[in-house]
Amino acid sequence: MIIKSQKDFFSGLLYAVVGSGFAIGATTYKIGTSARMGPGFFPMLLGVILAIIGVYIMFKAMVVKTPNGDKIGSWAWKPLFFIIAGNLLFGILLGGLPSVGVPAMGLIVAIFGTTIVVSLAGETFKIKEVLILATILSIASYCAFVLLLNLQFPVWPTFITG
Amino acid sequence: MDLFDNLALGFGVAFTFQNLIYAFIGCLLGTLIGVLPGVGPVATIAMLLPATYALPPVAALIMLAGIYYGAQYGGSTTAILVNLPGEASSVVTMIDGYQMARKGRAGPALAAAGMGSFFAGCVGTLILAAFAAPLTEVAFKFGPAEYFSLMVLGLIGAVVLASGSLIKAVGMIVLGLLMGLIGTDVNSGVARYSFDIPELTDGIGFIVIAMGVFGYGEIISNLSKPDEEREVFTAKVTGLMPTAEDFKNMLPAVLRGTSLGSALGILPGGGALLAAFAAYTIEKKTKVKPGELPFGQGNIRGVAAPESANNAASQTSFIPLLTLGIPPNAVMALMVGAMTIHNIQPGPQVMTSNPELFWGLIASMWIGNAMLIILNLPLIGIWIKLLSVPYRWLFPAIVLFCAIGVYSTNNNTWDIWMVAMFGVIGYVFIKLGMEPAPLLLGFILGPMMEENLRRAMLLSRGDWSVFVTRPLSATLLGMALLLLIIVALPSIKSKREEAFVEE
Repeated sequence: MIIKSQKDFFSGLLYAVVGSGFAIGATTYKIGTSARMGPGFFPMLLGVILAIIGVYIMFKAMVVKTPNGDKIGSWAWKPLFFIIAGNLLFGILLGGLPSVGVPAMGLIVAIFGTTIVVSLAGETFKIKEVLILATILSIASYCAFVLLLNLQFPVWPTFITG
Repeated sequence: MDLFDNLALGFGVAFTFQNLIYAFIGCLLGTLIGVLPGVGPVATIAMLLPATYALPPVAALIMLAGIYYGAQYGGSTTAILVNLPGEASSVVTMIDGYQMARKGRAGPALAAAGMGSFFAGCVGTLILAAFAAPLTEVAFKFGPAEYFSLMVLGLIGAVVLASGSLIKAVGMIVLGLLMGLIGTDVNSGVARYSFDIPELTDGIGFIVIAMGVFGYGEIISNLSKPDEEREVFTAKVTGLMPTAEDFKNMLPAVLRGTSLGSALGILPGGGALLAAFAAYTIEKKTKVKPGELPFGQGNIRGVAAPESANNAASQTSFIPLLTLGIPPNAVMALMVGAMTIHNIQPGPQVMTSNPELFWGLIASMWIGNAMLIILNLPLIGIWIKLLSVPYRWLFPAIVLFCAIGVYSTNNNTWDIWMVAMFGVIGYVFIKLGMEPAPLLLGFILGPMMEENLRRAMLLSRGDWSVFVTRPLSATLLGMALLLLIIVALPSIKSKREEAFVEE
């Protein structure tokens, strides 16, 4: 069988897998009766519905013709990687990873690190521009979040402030 | 008159110094994100939610609402001057607005959009004020069965009216409902789908989902497209005033756009985007007068009608939220979250238990609209300058503010890991052509739906027929079914698909 719509086939597959996952997971909780529903009742119901929808979409994707095959197209690995990496780096730098002994570096270091890594996702990368941007963002964030809104952030590395 | 007493109370609340400031900040931010392409109200409101913790609830909601309707104003500026949709709902404004700018008539186009929006905003606010009380009365008659049916109708309506592939969107809703169930079950105390991770027993934060899917997912997808050529008509904005001829053409278009937008805003799944599309389609069907430019070549009606419609809809879409507690679109789903953060349970009781919040919010919308017309017309020069900010400076800032925002919701890095995961998921959704808005609606409604289903079934002792034997509930379910049947009719199906292809 040839897949007639790639996008639909894989979204159907996703629904089917996730739906059955939730339904199987629901069996570990008490299902109960319709008058006294247990914690597993509603997720079981929805999981089965989602799985059926998924299978139906997959079936349709193999039968109904689309003009251009509805290709998914190439993945944008570069932006995907750098955006997500920049985000993760923010968490690591801001809060540290106590389990592996990475110290918390605080907000300012985190802003610089994140801005640089995230900027790599774009088509052009000029380090000078990025550093200026990071400086502006640091000052703005410090003023807005720490001074004005009084949100609780570790601002500087823990080994400096103690 | 009750209405006037209530409005007086509302204006009393809205006219305090603090609330005026927050309304202004909201409108300013709304215009800003509206002008900037690639930054939408959903991501912005999600980003700013944590910042509203410290504010009183009225001020927080006034500000967040301002962002939503402010974005409708700002979006038109970008559409007219750059031929890019600053906001999704301004897509149709581009068609005629940009042509007007190319003919050196950017000023009148901006004025038509601004004035149309202002008029529509005022009307929308009045409708909101007038309809709120009677609808609330109805809502008090609702039992759990009615609420469950209402949510079914709301969710079905949301996908029927506002998305491409129907069955895929229904799947997104169910997926959202399921994700909403993750965490501790309120009835039994069982932690569901938490995989023994303590953070997951509290459930997934809706801010995390909104930012990951709407914020990161879209940035990644934007970056994968090559830079578009931008041609900004900055020097040519001279003479804002439309001619008398323009006014004569605009007026009926504004009126049509406003009434259509107000009606569509109330419907589940309605909201600004749909209203703008529908208004433009109707304008195109009306006769073009002799001497008037055809549509697509710079007809002022093609700017005035959709801009009025999207602004009217953004006001009236507050009606289901404030009276029934049911969010009709993704932005309103975030407003539900904002209200719960401040310990306000959205629903009919808001009007009686927090009248100053309810009427203050409504009054602030009128004030906000007045602020916006000043922000957008005389100060247009500032916004045009902003348009020259390149995207490569914007997206690192957005990612950063998202990360700071999620961290500050719980002061916990766990949420940062989660938002990264949802960023990847959001990008997968975009690649597979799955729309994220129904997911967010389902996510917000999931726990409410389960709760009402349980209560209804408990009261009926397990008899499922309760949903069709109670007249109100049966009517609501009947309407949902009718919607599905109408959409499935072959003639409408092809028309509907055509309409979405135009996007």
